[in-house]
Amino acid sequence: MKVLVPVKRVPDTAGEKKIDPNDNTVDRESVESVLCPVNEFAIEEAVRLKESHDAEVTVLLVGPESAQPIVRKALSYGLDAGLQVTDDAIAGSDALGTARVIAKALEEQEFDLVLFGNQSTDARTCLVPAAVAELLGLPSLTYARHLEIDGGSVTVHREHEEGWDVVTSQLPAVVSVVEAINEPRYPSFKGIMAAKSKPLDVRSLADLGVEPEQVGANGATATMYEFKDRPPKEAGTIVEDDGTGAAAAQLADWMTEKKFV
Amino acid sequence: MHTLPEEHRHLLELVRGFATTDVAPQADGYERAHEFPRPLFDQLAAMDLTGLPFGAAVGGSELPYRVYLMVVEELSRASLALGMGLSVHTLATWAIDSYATPEQRQLLVPDLVAGRALGAYALSEPGAGSDAASITTRARRDGDVYLLTGTKAWVTHGGVADRYLVMARTGAADAGGISAFVVDADQPGMTVAEPESKMGLWSSPTAQLILDDAPVPADRLLGDVEGQGFRVGMASLDGGRLGIAACAVGLAQAALDVAVGYAREREQFGRPIGDFQGVSFLLADMATRTEAARALYRSAAERRDHASGVGPHAGTPGAGTGYPTTIPSAMAKLAATDAAMQTTTDAVQVLGGAGYTTDYPVERYLREAKVLQILEGTNQIQRMLIGRQLTAPRA
Repeated sequence: MKVLVPVKRVPDTAGEKKIDPNDNTVDRESVESVLCPVNEFAIEEAVRLKESHDAEVTVLLVGPESAQPIVRKALSYGLDAGLQVTDDAIAGSDALGTARVIAKALEEQEFDLVLFGNQSTDARTCLVPAAVAELLGLPSLTYARHLEIDGGSVTVHREHEEGWDVVTSQLPAVVSVVEAINEPRYPSFKGIMAAKSKPLDVRSLADLGVEPEQVGANGATATMYEFKDRPPKEAGTIVEDDGTGAAAAQLADWMTEKKFV
Repeated sequence: MHTLPEEHRHLLELVRGFATTDVAPQADGYERAHEFPRPLFDQLAAMDLTGLPFGAAVGGSELPYRVYLMVVEELSRASLALGMGLSVHTLATWAIDSYATPEQRQLLVPDLVAGRALGAYALSEPGAGSDAASITTRARRDGDVYLLTGTKAWVTHGGVADRYLVMARTGAADAGGISAFVVDADQPGMTVAEPESKMGLWSSPTAQLILDDAPVPADRLLGDVEGQGFRVGMASLDGGRLGIAACAVGLAQAALDVAVGYAREREQFGRPIGDFQGVSFLLADMATRTEAARALYRSAAERRDHASGVGPHAGTPGAGTGYPTTIPSAMAKLAATDAAMQTTTDAVQVLGGAGYTTDYPVERYLREAKVLQILEGTNQIQRMLIGRQLTAPRA
């Protein structure tokens, strides 16, 4: 089977992120860029499909040329090939614009399964996997915490607040996974070395037949007009125990008020 | 690290991530449980880190010894038992890889390089420590087997290893009468005694091997040659001692990290104790000593790589001629383990009463540092080797 794993370059999750006031996008210079940690779960699931189903896995990244190390990083987990879509016109794309580019890139590929992380750690919209499925007219199975392939079908456990639903679909399909699905392994040293020589195809918007007006800041349906720094943290409420038991009641009231209970 | 080639930098980033995220948080738990961290060693294997300095023909990564040692240092900073585990495993694997016949190499080495099998080294005996040539374990040829009888002592990984390099006497009562055997853990006639009750390094078991007419197949005589066991033992210690030096630097760095963190936060007389010269000079000496030890083991490793013709100096005069590097290795082991002893002791001092409790890891580091001055040749033996070289009659 053939699997495609779209990945994203994001600012280091642990780093302090800044917005560039000139174009209201993340200031890439201010913080180190990394492979989105949620993607590691999709990659691990793909590696498992390599082991169990002899899957051939291609990693797809939409982003500038400078993001190529992220593709190599993804390949170091043992994936087979890379595909990068790079074009200046993509900068500033919103979720739908990104989904358009990914969908067009996927149209050119043969695949049985597309494996996304359910969200990126910078934008956290959770929109792209479903948008790509919609644009391609494929079944969309999101928030998978468990995945099984059986012949021509895929079954996932779709996580929600009260548990999970068991959802089955024919392949090809688009699946997004949540972090509960597995425990990603480290790449191996030999995997890191091998990643350098794995095939990597670089395509432009023109190659894919995407009109530049449909993507990037110009094609975005969402516009950021303004941003503010997060307000400083306020002091918490301190409940003191005076020995009368009043503190317990106070605590219970507070928890009820905040809807914790 | 900034001067390293990209592939070595990526390797060390991988190791540091693993050491920080997976190893360090578990190190103390394994210590208290007196349990070898085999799952962590298995993870090293899965990441291709158990065969870094070995040839591609046996599945290794053909990295310079210097880079392999940087990996050992990084792991030891998080867990000495694991860092030293890799060092001892590499020592045993190197000996087998270097002296095996082609058939033995093909049969015995790939498993060790891939980390599917854990290696161990059994030279010392209850009555033969520093005087290693005086071992009394005998190996008597009997048809297709050698019958091994005797007790090997202070075996790191005793009871948890899968493959042991065992030195036993096949001939005269001198160094030339010793042979090396590769013995599997399930060898009939071999039992492992209860692990020693030690001062520290609890998660790295140390035990005796008791051999009672153990019939070791004759094709497990390393190199298919009798009498080269002492040479194998000493040559492999040259590399092993560099491994111990790297372990010591990792341990010293760990102690320094804790001491510096504490000195910056702990306040007395209204300011952090690190502001006082009495403490900051202690820290300055700890940092300098650790860095000096690091520089020494890395320069000794460069000489080793030059002698074996790998690394950046390949092709320069004398490279690949295999000249001995016993003295630089002895110096690195001596300096680094003495530095670790002093630095861990000083770290306890910086933390004061807190350092003497098990709430902080520095008391453990101090106990662990002590053994590094003893194993793989006491530091007195290292001085003897260095001194002997200095005063040897000149040709």
